[in-house]
Amino acid sequence: MILIRLFLAFAQIGLFAFGGGYAILPLIEKEIVNNLHWLTHKEFLEVVTISQLTPGPIAINAATFVGYKVSGIIGSAVATVSVCLPPVILVLIVVRFLKRFETNVWVNSALKGLRPAVVALIASAAYSLIKGGGITEVKGLIIGIVSFVILRTKKLDPILILILAGVVGIIVYS
Amino acid sequence: MKVEDDARSKLSLVLSIFTVFFKIGAFTWGGGYAMLPLIKSEVVEKKNWLTSEDFIDGIAISQSLPGPIAINTATFVGYKLCGIFGSIMALAGAILPSFLSILIIAMFFLRFRELKVVQNFFKGANPAIIALIVSAVIDIGKSALKRYREIVISLVLFFILIYFRIHPILAILTSGILGIILGEKNDSN
Repeated sequence: MILIRLFLAFAQIGLFAFGGGYAILPLIEKEIVNNLHWLTHKEFLEVVTISQLTPGPIAINAATFVGYKVSGIIGSAVATVSVCLPPVILVLIVVRFLKRFETNVWVNSALKGLRPAVVALIASAAYSLIKGGGITEVKGLIIGIVSFVILRTKKLDPILILILAGVVGIIVYS
Repeated sequence: MKVEDDARSKLSLVLSIFTVFFKIGAFTWGGGYAMLPLIKSEVVEKKNWLTSEDFIDGIAISQSLPGPIAINTATFVGYKLCGIFGSIMALAGAILPSFLSILIIAMFFLRFRELKVVQNFFKGANPAIIALIVSAVIDIGKSALKRYREIVISLVLFFILIYFRIHPILAILTSGILGIILGEKNDSN
């Protein structure tokens, strides 16, 4: 049953999605690209770009997209609900039962301990996106470096930079 | 009549929870921490649904647990206001904008992605998204890695992740356990 596999894959991703945002990318890549082959590396990269260009968390966007590709609208609904389910259940448990959650020493230490992993995960996502075909030739490298410099020096909206880079792509590659 | 009034005010509260989170979901691109100021201004300042302290509590919980921060915060605020049903309405509001926009894009994109112009757009945008992620590594690294120990753990995990291709879950668990083992000693002095 493809829907059950969608559910399990995205529930697992949701359960371990610590650190938010880009830290979730290696989890999605491992399960969806490497293990289940529901996306190619190239499609994965496109999904990341599309997620950045549309509203909402990357986890939701990726789940909706992959779900749709694998099994249509029902698939997208199943994947989206599955990725949210573990976090939602955990939040409800904590709010309902654990009044002094943030003062728990063990929880605090574990969470502090997660920070190096979050940074490593995001760095590994960048590495594998480059290797997976994100930058393959000199023009791409230049677009990447220029985008990076603008991002670090100007207060330009990242979405605007993405769109500009896309337009530059249309011009220089055609 | 009292019962009816209660039901009516509850219904309008629930609808307004949905609307507020729909707005938050629709207007925050890129997700994550970009959403927090908007959530705060809607929930704390405009609607007076939560006090500032309650909100900060909610953010602490949302950040500590897995899952997108917008989803966790929606669950928290919805629950505080109207129980599980409140959570469900807040979640529906927060999720729907991204769900619908991706659905529409997926429908068209899967049909048009082979077009030269679409491919060239991505050829240009892909290096930029990588630049965004590298830039995020620098920002998050600066704020998250305060001690040498953390920098070393992070580097080791990075190399293990890319060379031995261990499962990311393993990296998360290892790091959390190391935090418990090393953390208690350090934090006590």
